[in-house]
This record gives sequence, structure tokens and C-alpha cells, in this order.
Amino acid sequence: MRISEVFSLIEIIAMKKTFKGGVHPHEMKALTEKKAFEKMPAGKQVILPLSQHLGKSAVPIVKKGSIIKKGELIANGDGFISAPVHSPISGVVSKISQNPNLGGIYKDAVIIDVKEDEETDYLSALNPETITAEEIIERVKTAGIVGQGGAAFPTYVKLMPPKDKKIDLLIINGCECEPYLTRDYRFMIETPEKLIGGIKLIMKALGINKANIGIEDNKPEAIKKLNEKLSGQSEIEVKSLKTKYPQGAEKMLIKSITGKEVAPGKLPLDHGIVIQNIGTACSVYDAVVNGIPQIEAFMTVSGLGINEPKNLIVNVGTPINEILDYCGGVNEKAVKLVAGGPMMGVAQSDFNAPITKATSGLLVLTHEEAGDNEASNCLRCGKCVEACPLDLMPTKLARLTQLERFEEAEEAGILVCMECGTCTFQCPANIPLVQWIRLGKQSALKIKKEKQSA
Amino acid sequence: MDNAVNPTYRLELSSSPHIHSRWTVKQSMWLVNLALLPSIISAVIFFGIFQLSILFTSVVFCLLTEAAIKYLRKRQITLMDGSAVITGLLLGLILPPNFSLVSTAIGAVVAIALGKEIFGGLGNNIFNPALVGRAFLQAAFPVGITTWHQPNYALDSVSSATPLAALKFDKVLTDITPMFWGNISGSLGETSALAVIIGGLFLIFIGVVNWRVPVSMIVGMLIFGSIFWIIDPVIYPSPFFQLLAGGFMFGTFFMATDWVSSPLTSRGMLIFGFLISFIVVIIRLFGGLPEGVMYAILLMNAFVPLINKYTSPKIFGAEK
Repeated sequence: MRISEVFSLIEIIAMKKTFKGGVHPHEMKALTEKKAFEKMPAGKQVILPLSQHLGKSAVPIVKKGSIIKKGELIANGDGFISAPVHSPISGVVSKISQNPNLGGIYKDAVIIDVKEDEETDYLSALNPETITAEEIIERVKTAGIVGQGGAAFPTYVKLMPPKDKKIDLLIINGCECEPYLTRDYRFMIETPEKLIGGIKLIMKALGINKANIGIEDNKPEAIKKLNEKLSGQSEIEVKSLKTKYPQGAEKMLIKSITGKEVAPGKLPLDHGIVIQNIGTACSVYDAVVNGIPQIEAFMTVSGLGINEPKNLIVNVGTPINEILDYCGGVNEKAVKLVAGGPMMGVAQSDFNAPITKATSGLLVLTHEEAGDNEASNCLRCGKCVEACPLDLMPTKLARLTQLERFEEAEEAGILVCMECGTCTFQCPANIPLVQWIRLGKQSALKIKKEKQSA
Repeated sequence: MDNAVNPTYRLELSSSPHIHSRWTVKQSMWLVNLALLPSIISAVIFFGIFQLSILFTSVVFCLLTEAAIKYLRKRQITLMDGSAVITGLLLGLILPPNFSLVSTAIGAVVAIALGKEIFGGLGNNIFNPALVGRAFLQAAFPVGITTWHQPNYALDSVSSATPLAALKFDKVLTDITPMFWGNISGSLGETSALAVIIGGLFLIFIGVVNWRVPVSMIVGMLIFGSIFWIIDPVIYPSPFFQLLAGGFMFGTFFMATDWVSSPLTSRGMLIFGFLISFIVVIIRLFGGLPEGVMYAILLMNAFVPLINKYTSPKIFGAEK
């Protein structure tokens, strides 16, 4: 692992596409990377949270006893930043109630009892050749598509940049820099045509003719496959990037591909760039060409604590325990359940919580993988400073938070932190640096807002 | 609906990240001790097996002092983290051969008590503890600590000046080749540049030591040493002599690179190393003492908070 730092120096000298800092966690992708997507059959019930996205919760249009077909709209988006919810199965609404979501907070959800019924209620299929930009955006909106990179931001909003921002590049994020996760890889290997079709639709919606697919160089098969499919066209280009966490973070990805640095408080839009995830592009294709709303989550179920790691296609709203059972159950070494990747995912407390549209992974980790050591004093070794991809000083920010000196922390850039966890991962004293910073960010933000309103 | 968490599993909850590099302080400290092994071996080869008693005394008194202070302050006793052993070994290795064991013990007590624990223990000290101990001994036992012995002789070995002392007081330039192997007069672990480099490169390679400090010190020495050498090669020694002489190599790889007392930032590390070399050259060539590595590092240790403050990196994408 340390040896790789020597190599990273050589690679920087050799102008390999990457960013400064970062870390090399054990990839653990071998557990699932050779396994094709498998459709998990529907269970007895789905629990559809009304808030599966960033922004306002959707508003239900069904009530108890409503009979629902697969693909039918059950809740409308509310306002600009929101997304509608569709049912992944046919059935009867059993109730609308508060239910624990991923992360353990009780939120409104529509609970549907599954009924055997082959009939579907999809949207109309559209012709990708003749469709207009407006029609694509409208379809992405009505199909309830949200970003699958982690934040679950409603996708259609990103396809409608403000008029004063001129967009000229679409970047498709195929880095999959989180360890364990292999779902984006499987998309690239299994359905490259769908992916490329989705990318073309997004380009059309944005009115641009240039897209790059950024892929870490630990996925040579995917790079090869996409290059084959893309041969003879110059609009979409595959960029092989250095394998390093967090290569898939927006700012890092833009830096690696274009050399541009997105300043604090600025968005990729300000540099004329829109970023979309691999899975999101595939969902866009399905929504337009097949009329299928976002009712399935493509996820990697992995970790040494699960008996049969798999890449799964799961109905949105399926409770975690059903998925774990389908993957052979959890073994006795399991200590932690994480939704998402091991670096930025959320630890789960409730096996009954349902997965959502943006759930990209479910990890069952053992003590061997997720064990914690006791924290000691900071030894000022500087490893966190060297590793921070955003050039912050994590140990200083954590210290200022401990001392409740939030204004100084803000000056030192605490609000710039994207919470990638690189510092905590690297700290030899095992100090929960990013956790302290997370805490400090909340207070710093509050103080900043108070100041602005004063 | 059954909302209870499945009772057969006990899940840990914490916020991300959920995995760790597995890099620990303890592991790093013991790796430093391992990296000192070549220097310990060179001390035995060139000055005899008896010298181990100095190292042993130093380590034991460092451990005892740390344990006693932790006990008095009612803190957890953390001897197994290996840091007190490092201080003991480092102090022992920068003492002259056949140095008094009583003085060694006093130096060890001072190193831990005044160098480290008085600031609150590992992580809080400003100065390199081993150098604090050495500086105290220099002041307290000026004769003993400058009584040098020829290598390859037993207890009653003949006194002999170190290459730097020979240069300063007798204007005699020592040949560079034995300075590289270590077959010269000097402190126990400092004479063999080869042994130090083996241990130092090991630490850089496994990532315990950041390359910036040693590289900037060596580059700094080559630059500043060369300036004077070019001005007058008769009066001033070559930069290569300066590199291999005294405690420079040992200080470069084992003293200045101490995590706690060196800067946090990448630029800070470069400035820190560069300025140490500058001070070393000035002390050696113009000061009253033949050697200046110890004082140069201690002096720059004091500047570390200031260096950290003024070299904090520019935030990604920000204009500054």
C-alpha cells in the first residue's frame, strides 16, 4: 500500500490522469465483480418511502385499498426539487404510515401488499431518434429518476441548467471508487448499448455533443468494452483514470479529466460541466425507450459477513432483511450493516428499512473489515493533510471543532469538506477526524447563516 | 408489522467511513525501532558489544520515567506504544562510546520528563525528546560528552577527535569513505551513514517517514555546503563531507522526521528541512561548536507551529 505512493509519484510525473492526495483502500471488488446482475423476485410487501431523493417529499395520490399496477404512479413530486414515486409491483395499498428509512429515521411511506399480476402500467415508449430535448427532460422528470451516485438529486434538474450557464461537457462517472461496489462495472460490462444510448439522450437533453466516461484503471474490461462499442465516433470518449479513492467525487473527477478545479461554493455547472452516474444514464434510457419509471435499484450486496455476495436488481421498497436472506443470509461474524459504500455509506440499525432508488450497495461487514481501534492523541504526522483531496487540514478542523472554535474552523475551510472520509481512513492515531468535522460543519453553518441574516 | 430489529444480530452503528487503513501509532513506532537496528549493529561493530549497556540503560530509564509520570498523573500507562523505547534508543545512539551509564540514565530521565511528559505526553511535545535529553547532557557533562574514541578498540580505546572536531580545531579533513561505512570516531549510531540510510530508506518506503523532510535536508545541505565550498574549497569542507559528518544523516532520517515535532504540511516539511540544513552549516562553519545538528533541529522544532500556520495548503480550487 505504501509502495503505491511511490508509484503515484511516478504517475504524476508521467502525467497520469488523477488528482492530488487520496488513499488506496483494499478494493474487495473480487467478491462480486464476476457476478452478473440477478433479478430478485418480489416478496410479500414493498415499503415505498415518499422521500427517496434530495428535496421535498413526494405527495401520495393513492390511499388505503387502492389497487396498483406495476409501474403506476403513487406519489407526485412536490415542487422543483423533488421526484415522483412509482410502484415496482402490482398490488393493493395496505397503508400509508411512518416507517424507518435507511438511516433509521421514521418517514412517511406507502406500503403495498404484492398481488400476482402480469399487467403493467408503464409510460409510453418514445423514439430516441426523434425525441426533443424538452421531451427527454419531461420524461426523466415523470419517470422519477434520481442520481444514483449517492446524493439522489433529482436528475431532471441537472438537465435544465440556468440559461446563463453554457454547458459543453457531460461527464459520466464510472469510477466506482468506493471499495466493494461493482454495480457500475456490471452496467458497463452487461449493458454497454443501454448505457451509451442513455448518454446520448442526456447529451441531447443538454444540447451538447461532447461526453467523457471516466473509469478507474482497475476496470480494464469495462474500458475495453466501451471503447469497442464507441469505436468510430468521436462524441463520447472513455477516459482511463488512476484507481484512487475518492476519484469518483465530483471535484476530483473534473480535475482528473479536464484539469479544472471547481472552487469552494461553485458547481460543475460553473465550468460548463454536468456529471451523471453510470446507473442514472441507464435509467434514463429505460425511461425514454421502454417507458419504465425508476422502480428498481441496481445494487451490490457484499462484504465478508454475507454468505453469497451478489449484484442484484431489486424492487425499490424491498426491506433489507429480504435482500440479505436472498443472498444466503448473514453469518455470525457480521458486525455492521451499511447502505452504500464503506467509505461514505450509512450504517443501518433496522433490518426492516426498505432500500430506495439510489441504494447502490448493501454491505455486511465483519470485525476484520470494520473493526475499530481506540483513538489516541494526534501525533501531527500530517498523513491526513497529505491525503485530503480538497487540501484541507483535517486534524486542525477536528481540533477546532473540539474546542468549539467554529468561526476559525469556517475560515480554515470546514464547510468545503465533502466528508469523503479519507482522513479518518488514513489516521494512524485512529482519530474520527471526518466525524468531528461533520459535527463542526453543522455549527459553522449555523453561525454563518445567523451572521448573514443579521 | 414486525418492527423489531432481528435479535440474533448485534450491529455496530457509527458514521462513515466504516473501514480503516489499519495503520496504527503502535505499529509505526515499532517500525521506527526496527529501522534503528542497522545503526545499533553498526555501534556494536565499531565500538564493541559493551556499548549495548548504554542503549539498555537509556531505554530502561526512559520507560521507567514514563511509567512513573503516567502513574503520578493517574494516566493510562502506554509503554507498549513503543515511543519511549524510540526515545531511549535515539538518545543512546547519539551519545559517545563508553559514555557514563549514570549520565546516560540522567539524560533519559530528562528526555522523557522535560522533553515529552511535561507537555502532556506523546503528541503534545514541542521538541524532539531525545534531543532535549542530549542537550541537557551537553550542558551538564561537557567533558564526558565530547570524549571520543577510535572505533575498533575495546574499553581502553584511545581518545580521538571526530571528523568535525578534527576539521574545526586541527584543520584536518577526514577521508569520506570511512565516514560512509562508519569506521570513524563519533557518536554510537551516527558514524555509519550506511546503517542510517538503510533504516531511513526503509521508513520512507513503508510510509512511516514522509520523504519531504529528509530530501529537503539533503538538498539543503548540498546547496548551502556547496556555496561555501565553491567560495573557498581550502577552508570549507565539501558538501559531501558535510552530509556524512557528525549527526547529519542520523538527524535527517531519525530526528527531524519525528512526527510530533515536525510540520504537518507538505510545504512546511520542505521549509523545515531546508532551514535545518542552513543552520547546521552556519553552526559548523562559523559557530564555536564543531557540530550543530542537534541545536538546528531543536531550534526549528520551536518554529513548527509558526511554519504550520503560514504553510497551510491552498484549499482545492480556491484563489489565494
